[in-house]
Amino acid sequence: MDARMARLIETMPRGSEPEGMPEKATRFVYTLVWGVARIFSVIALAIAWEALARSGVFTPFQLPALSAVLERIWTDAVSGDLWINTALTLYRALVAFAICAIGGVVIGMAMSRNQFVHWFFDPIVSIGFPMPKIAFLPVVILWLGVYDVSKITIIVIDAIFPVIAATVIAIQGVERELIWSARNMGASNRELLHQVILPAALPQIMTGMQVALPLSLIVAVVAEMLMGGYGLGGAMMTASRFANSTSVFAGILEIAVIGYALVKAMALIRRRLLIWHQEVTWQAFVP
Amino acid sequence: MRQSFIRYLPLVLLAIAWEVIARLELVSATALPPLSDVLTSGIDMIKDGELVSNGASSLYRAGVGLALAILIGGLLGIAMAWWKPVDMLLAPIVEIFYPLPKSALIPVTVIWLGFGDGSKILLIFLGCMLPVTIGAFNGARSSEQVLVWSARSMGASRLRMLWDVVVPSAMPELLNGIRTALALSFILLVSSELIVAQKGFGYLIGALGANGSYDAMYAVVLTVAFLGFAADRIYLRIAKWTLAWRD
Repeated sequence: MDARMARLIETMPRGSEPEGMPEKATRFVYTLVWGVARIFSVIALAIAWEALARSGVFTPFQLPALSAVLERIWTDAVSGDLWINTALTLYRALVAFAICAIGGVVIGMAMSRNQFVHWFFDPIVSIGFPMPKIAFLPVVILWLGVYDVSKITIIVIDAIFPVIAATVIAIQGVERELIWSARNMGASNRELLHQVILPAALPQIMTGMQVALPLSLIVAVVAEMLMGGYGLGGAMMTASRFANSTSVFAGILEIAVIGYALVKAMALIRRRLLIWHQEVTWQAFVP
Repeated sequence: MRQSFIRYLPLVLLAIAWEVIARLELVSATALPPLSDVLTSGIDMIKDGELVSNGASSLYRAGVGLALAILIGGLLGIAMAWWKPVDMLLAPIVEIFYPLPKSALIPVTVIWLGFGDGSKILLIFLGCMLPVTIGAFNGARSSEQVLVWSARSMGASRLRMLWDVVVPSAMPELLNGIRTALALSFILLVSSELIVAQKGFGYLIGALGANGSYDAMYAVVLTVAFLGFAADRIYLRIAKWTLAWRD
């Protein structure tokens, strides 16, 4: 997966601020109009879904009405199933993501500091990164069974590569002048790493993590679908076996909301962590 | 030669370690059959055509889905960058669907199109379209204003400008988006075939695993992994060649 993907979505247009409009009222109206315009197509999509489902062009099995799907989500929420499944899926995806984030940065750092580690991991990363590692899922099941450990393992196998690659490239790209001047001012190796190299490499490392996070969710859902049991993916698979398409669509909506929330949260964290970095001031145009 | 041998030595060492660990039966033979057995059963499967026929149907699905995604996704991205109303209309939808873990669509595509080729092609198309769209969009928007102005001052029509200025300058980002889509297409292909299919690589892996013929299962897994890797390398070559006109 390409490391720039996550950054690209952030540079999507969010409309430019009007220039030379000091009055608060005008600003407010502008924000309001822009906000309505932004959600207009989403609402239109929702209405189109509902209308299409009710028109009878599709059977309720092929396309259940949006209202029915929302009702199903509500019933699941009241009965508590929704929360159990969501919590389990999030737990698996986030634990695995944390392992990827920490392990990936550690391996990446070790690779850029130690010749031997670099020699060993470089071919593995360059060959393993573009591989569809999800194909190893049956092997992982064979080794570790169908419980949380194997789900988390396959997610880590899939999502750690973007973090490693981003860390290696980021540390390589740290400006020599920064390191030289820090050394000149008497920084120890440790200080150099903590106060110069890691902060300077952070933007790109974050980009790698922003690729790894959605990937963790994708793989978590696939693993749950294949292994069954609780979790949003498993619930969708059970529903689909019983031809319960309302629940399948409910599952998609739930997973979509989680994916959206996680990606947004990650972008927020990035903005907070990199508040000193020029890209933030540059992004100030993008609300 | 010597250099690339040293470079890829770790992989050779891993392969030897695999063989030794399996031969010494440090782990059970079902969990890890020796690499040599895996290779022989892989060659057997190529000979009796099982691997080839399943592979062909997998590659057909991935190819058609990806081609549709590139075509429609690319057009959509350039249209969004070129016409403001299209952008206003589609940007929020793209923004909402982009973070959706695409694997969630597997059961729906099955509900719509059944267990065959159609559902996999639809899944790969839907999953791979947005990275291409976003690549094309960012690329087309980044086309240098100076180029656009000079083309216009030289009397180029709007359509001509689109083709001669915007599309070429969108190329690098677009090609990047397609690379993401290529990787994603393999992931979606294998996962959807593992979950529901009657042929293809994923189906073969699942069926062999259920049969207990683990050395054959390993052979297919390694084949898929290698194909994904090879596809990426070939794509990089093509992309480099496509961009040869840039400095």
